[in-house]
This record gives sequence, structure tokens and C-alpha cells, in this order.
Amino acid sequence: MANNQTRIIIAGFGGQGVVLAGNILARAAVIEDKNVTGMISYGAEMRGGTANATVVISDEKIASPFVEVPDVAIIMNQPSLDKFEPDIASGGLAVINSTMVEDAGSRTDIDRVSVGASEIANSLGNARVANVVILGAFIKRTGILQPRSIVRAIDELFSTKKPAFIEINTNAFNAGYEGAKSV
Amino acid sequence: MQFKRPKTIKDTQTHYCPGCGHGIVHRLVAEVIDELGLREKTIGTAPVGCSVLLYNYFDCDIIECAHGRPPAVATAIKRCQPDKVVFTYQGDGDIAAIGTAELIHAANRGENITAIFVNNAIYGMTGGQMAPTTLIGQKTTTTQNGRDRKKQGPPLKVCELLASLEGVAYLQRVAVSTAKDVIIAKKAIKKAFQNQLDGKGYSLVEVLSMCPTDWKVTPKQAVDFVNNEMKAAFPLGVYKDV
Amino acid sequence: MSKPSKKILLKGNEVLSQAAINAGCGFFAGYPITPQNEVPEYLSKALPEAGGIFIQAESEIAAINMLFGASASGVRCMTSSSSPGVSLKQEGISYIAAAELPCVIVNMQRGGPGLGNIRAAQGDYFQSVKGGGHGDYRLIVLAPSTLQEIYELTMNAFDYADHYRNPVLILGDGILGQMAEPVELTKYRPIVDLPEKDFVLDGCKGRERRVIKTLLLQPAEALIEFNEYLKKKYAGIESELKLCQKYRCDDADLVVAAYGITARIAEGAVDMARDKGLKVGLIRPITLWPFPDEDFRAVAEQAKKLLVVEMSNGQMIEDVKLSIECSRPVEFYGTGGGWYPTSEKIMEKIESVYE
Repeated sequence: MANNQTRIIIAGFGGQGVVLAGNILARAAVIEDKNVTGMISYGAEMRGGTANATVVISDEKIASPFVEVPDVAIIMNQPSLDKFEPDIASGGLAVINSTMVEDAGSRTDIDRVSVGASEIANSLGNARVANVVILGAFIKRTGILQPRSIVRAIDELFSTKKPAFIEINTNAFNAGYEGAKSV
Repeated sequence: MQFKRPKTIKDTQTHYCPGCGHGIVHRLVAEVIDELGLREKTIGTAPVGCSVLLYNYFDCDIIECAHGRPPAVATAIKRCQPDKVVFTYQGDGDIAAIGTAELIHAANRGENITAIFVNNAIYGMTGGQMAPTTLIGQKTTTTQNGRDRKKQGPPLKVCELLASLEGVAYLQRVAVSTAKDVIIAKKAIKKAFQNQLDGKGYSLVEVLSMCPTDWKVTPKQAVDFVNNEMKAAFPLGVYKDV
Repeated sequence: MSKPSKKILLKGNEVLSQAAINAGCGFFAGYPITPQNEVPEYLSKALPEAGGIFIQAESEIAAINMLFGASASGVRCMTSSSSPGVSLKQEGISYIAAAELPCVIVNMQRGGPGLGNIRAAQGDYFQSVKGGGHGDYRLIVLAPSTLQEIYELTMNAFDYADHYRNPVLILGDGILGQMAEPVELTKYRPIVDLPEKDFVLDGCKGRERRVIKTLLLQPAEALIEFNEYLKKKYAGIESELKLCQKYRCDDADLVVAAYGITARIAEGAVDMARDKGLKVGLIRPITLWPFPDEDFRAVAEQAKKLLVVEMSNGQMIEDVKLSIECSRPVEFYGTGGGWYPTSEKIMEKIESVYE
């Protein structure tokens, strides 16, 4: 996380809400007046397959929106961990959805935090909010953004089109925040 | 009745060949614009082909378009200025070959414009090559043994093609090869402009016309060709009127 | 919490669309193609809400010809596409340039040639600045490198188009179109004098009729004279409108030259080089035509060498060499086909060519 810059990749299956998680994160960074870039979707999305979004949050000017060597990898499933674990910067962090990841990887030079994101989401009554649960664990561990900024970003994103989703997503975030465990 | 030059036609000689039908069609369009009092609110589009120079003859605002594109240009002008009257004037190559996509989609969107389509079954300006509407057996510089259905397909029938499109308000095929035909043609053109004033949508009049020069016949023989050959291949009449 | 940010998070394609609306664009026609689809999607809703007209055209060809009609109607107008679609528009662009009709054309470049891929690329530089369509004409070509700059240059593009009565091309790429970044949507203010549109076809009530045409057959000299006129007009634009940004060039031994998103990524590499004590700067043309050749000559007086970085196999490098009349060695780093550079890789190249 050199130069107060955090380079984040969020990865999972298509349909696991990777795009939405990236959007919430980037919006929360804007709320805090930080510099942020997102390569969140490329205008030709499909369900299934793997999906990833990259977000760079910085106190300084951001040169490239691309993330080759992430400081943080937010991992929704096993194939994404297998794919991106080798790229994580030494001293970086993997945030892992332990419900969908059995083997948390072998790197000894990175930190890991895990949360049963899909399980918690199911217990909240909607499997699709696992993406926001895992954001809770990420924020708890890194403190890179304030929790209330995430809650406000959720509010902004859903207030016009789907206000019914504000509550469950906020609950999902809080549950992830509480449920984060170091591995 | 007094024979006068319509106000919408400039007092000048045209470049059209003796026996060409464009002059008649120009005059009919101009008379209709005069009679409906539209000259000062009309924007015409010129195509590519013999009638590209129609802005030398029409005394109203004119935009000369790329080959085949008048329906797209006219679409935008009419959408931007719905209170104005917009007409396209296209030949067979412009409307039924290079501009087929623009024609079909402007018609299908039901653009509230008036289209005048002059069909003389040949490319005049470039020197007599095959048109999409060239008849089977008709000799042109690129079908020197006559158009062959197996090689070039049959002539493309624009009115029949457009008749199935829901956006189209009015389609009529007319001719300018006899006095009676000219009278019918003028009525059709007037209706096509009136439809625009009434907001009815896309109206097209196809005019079968003479090209003695590139058909390599006399003006009299050209009239006979329209009456005997073209009218058989392209039946006159109203194809749509909603 | 600190005072609320004035900035909002948008994708580049959305920023461009909103900028067009704010600049008074009243007409858009376009055809879907990745990676610029957010432009027609955004405008299909927002433009009619702002009182403008949106048409999803049947083709790129129809779209550019709709601009021909909209501009002739006196309305500020825009079309947007990506590389293969912009190729289709070239016929219409030539006619619009010949008819001197103002309009804005957007190319969010993708990999080519052919259908290529949908990743970002800069392979359309030649097409953009050397003509693209037939005949002796020029487009004003603007190359933003951040989303805030997309916002500002898009608004400016409408002004330049009206001021010079010339089509203006905004040359972006898939990254700029697709990336999201906070942008402040400042108020539109014209940056140049906007002449009265005395060419508009709106019916000849109370005036002589007007004709917009590009066929000049008679007399034989007419087209020669018109091309002479265009030559003077373009020379005038060249004397007035060369935009360029220099970064840490003053004492630079090596100057990196890049445009658009590539320049932004290269700026990161320049900072890395400076941290290592290497005297490296960046020159970024903002107008690709007119090309800011005097600025290149000025940096070449100080620098020992230039390094051009492009998402292509080398197109702008030709204008760089011409500008400095090959007075310095010019290195190249780039790849075609939808590749993007990283600051780290550009830094490696800097170290390998730095003397």
C-alpha cells in the first residue's frame, strides 16, 4: 500500500456481485473525497465465468486504473483465489469468502482474513448479498474507508431504483464487519 | 388556365437530356409546393445521380447528400425542425442499391417525410450501368447481353418491398410517360406532401421515368418503353394508403 | 465528516454523455458497439429529458448522415462509436468536413484491424489525424487523458466545432470509456467566440434560399479554389489551436511522449524515474491535430532523447519525428491489438533507453 495507494481486486463468479461490490467501494471512496479509479465492468458482461473488478483508492493522483499487483484481493470463490493469489503484493492481504473457498492458499508472505460471506448472506435471507458481507470484513481489517461511508454508498446506489435492498445490504455489511476472522 | 413557371422552380435551363423525365417530376414537385404554400418552409434533399444538381433548379433550401443517404439526412432535419416540410428526391441507384438500408429504416420508423423516387431503370449520370430496377433482358453497359435473372436477380420493386412496413403511410407508383399519367402523378405527389402536413408518416411516390440517352433510344421510343415494358414490370397503383 | 464532495462517480462514457448535454447538444445518433455502449444508453434517456433528440440509427453510416442533417438544421450534434464503427462513418465525415458543418464525433478506440477485440487500443491515430475519409480535409482531434478532461474537452469540442465550422473528433479508448472516476460536473461556459450560424437550412422565409453541397463541378477551378480556402482555414486552426501539456520536462534528459490514457499511465512511470534520480519528463499532446509541434521542438532542445509510448505499433511516433525533424533519437514502446501499458513496464523501458 505504497504512497497511501491501495490497489484492490475483487473476483468471483459472474453473478456473485463483483461489479456491485466494486461500485460500492468506489462510491464510498468518493464520499470521503479520496482519489479513486475503478475498472468495474467493461460494457459486455455475461453471467457465469469469472468476473473481476479493480479499484484503486489513493490520497494522491492515480496514474493507472489497472491492478497488476493487488495490495488486496477480495476473493469470492476458489478459482478466483487460485488465479489471483500469486499476484498479490508481498505483505498484501487476501479477503476470503470461506464458504466458497476450501483451500486458502499457500503464500506465507501475505495476510488473510476470512468470512463465511455466502453462509452469512443465506442466513440473512438473500444469498446475493455475500458480496457486501465480504466488504464488511475488508473494511474491518483495513480501515481504509469508514463504515458509514460504505453504508452511505449503499444508500445512494439503491435509493432511487431499489430502496427495498438498502436494509438487507446494510445488514450484510454490518454482519461481515462483525464476522471477519484472521486466518 | 395560364401556363406559368412555378415559383419554386428557378428560371434557368436544366442539364437534363432531351426526353428525360426529371424535368417533369421537378415541375410537379414545384407545383405542389407552390399550391400548398410551402416554399419558404421546405428543405429538400438532393441525391447522387442525375438529379444531384436539383438545387440549381429548385428555389428552396436544399441539402446535397452522400449517395443513398437522403433518408437519414432528412430524418434528422425533420426531427430537428418538425414544423418544416422535408422531402427526399432519389433515383433508383440512390434509393434501391447503395441506400437501401437508409430507405427501409427511415420508412419503418415512420419518419414524417415525403419521398420522391424516380425510377428510370438505369444509372444515368455514370453512363448507363445496370440499376437495381433494370428490367430482365434490358441491356446496359454492365449487362451487355441483357440483365440475367440468374446472375443479377430480378428488378427490385420498392413499393412492394415497403408495403409490408408498418411505419409507412402511403405508397403509390405512377409514371410521367403520358399526359394522363402526369396528372395522376401530380395528385400522388400532392397527397404525399399533404400527408406530411397531416403528420401521417412516411409517404413515397415512385415515378417511372424516361432515360432515352442511356437506353440509347429516341425520346418517343423511351416513352414507349415506359408504357410497354416498365409498366408491365412495375405495375402502377396505390400500394399503401393508411 | 468533511464537507461533501462535489464530485460524482461516473464511467468515462457517461461523463462524455453528460458533458454533451451540458454543452447544449440537441441531437445524438449512434449505433451500439463495445466499448462505448454507455454513451447511447445514457443519452437515450437523458437527452430527451433535456429536450434533445436521440436516434438509434440502423448503421454507423446512417448515424453520421443524420448528423449531416442535424447540423444543417443548426443543432449541436454528436455521434459516438468505436474503431470498426468509426471506419464506417468515414464517408460521412468527409462530406461533413467538406460542407463545413459543425459536429462532434467520438471514437472510444478498441483493438484492430478488422473486428479486432473489445479491449482498449490507440490504433486509429492515423485514421483520425491524417484524414480517414477521402479528400483533403482535417478534423480537429482532441485526446483527453482523465475523466475530468473528457468532461471539459467534450464541452470544448462543441465550441471548437461551431467556432471553426469543422467536425471535431474526440479520440478516447476503451479504458477511458469504461473506467470510473470522480468528476466535478462544472458549469458549461463557451471558450471561444460562437459565430451566428448563417448556413442553417430552416426554410427560405424572408431570405434567399440556401444550399449545402459538396459537389463542385463548374467552373473547373471551383474545387481548386475551395481546397485553397480549406487550406487557409486549416492553417488558421493550426496557428490558434495547439494544446499540449508538459510534465517535469524542464531539466529532462529523456522525454516520454504519449497521449490519452497512455500519457496518464506514463506519468506514473515518470514519477518512478524521478524517484530514482533519472531526469525524465512527459509531453502529452491534447490536440492530435493540430499537432503541437513547437512544444515538441522546445523539449527536444533540452532532451537528449524521446520515448514515444502508444497502444499501437507506432503511429503518433511519425508526427513526433516530423515535429523535431529527427534532431534527436526517438525510441518506441507499444503494442497493438488491445494491449495496455503499465507504469512499471514503461519504467523498465525508460531505464533501458536512458543515457
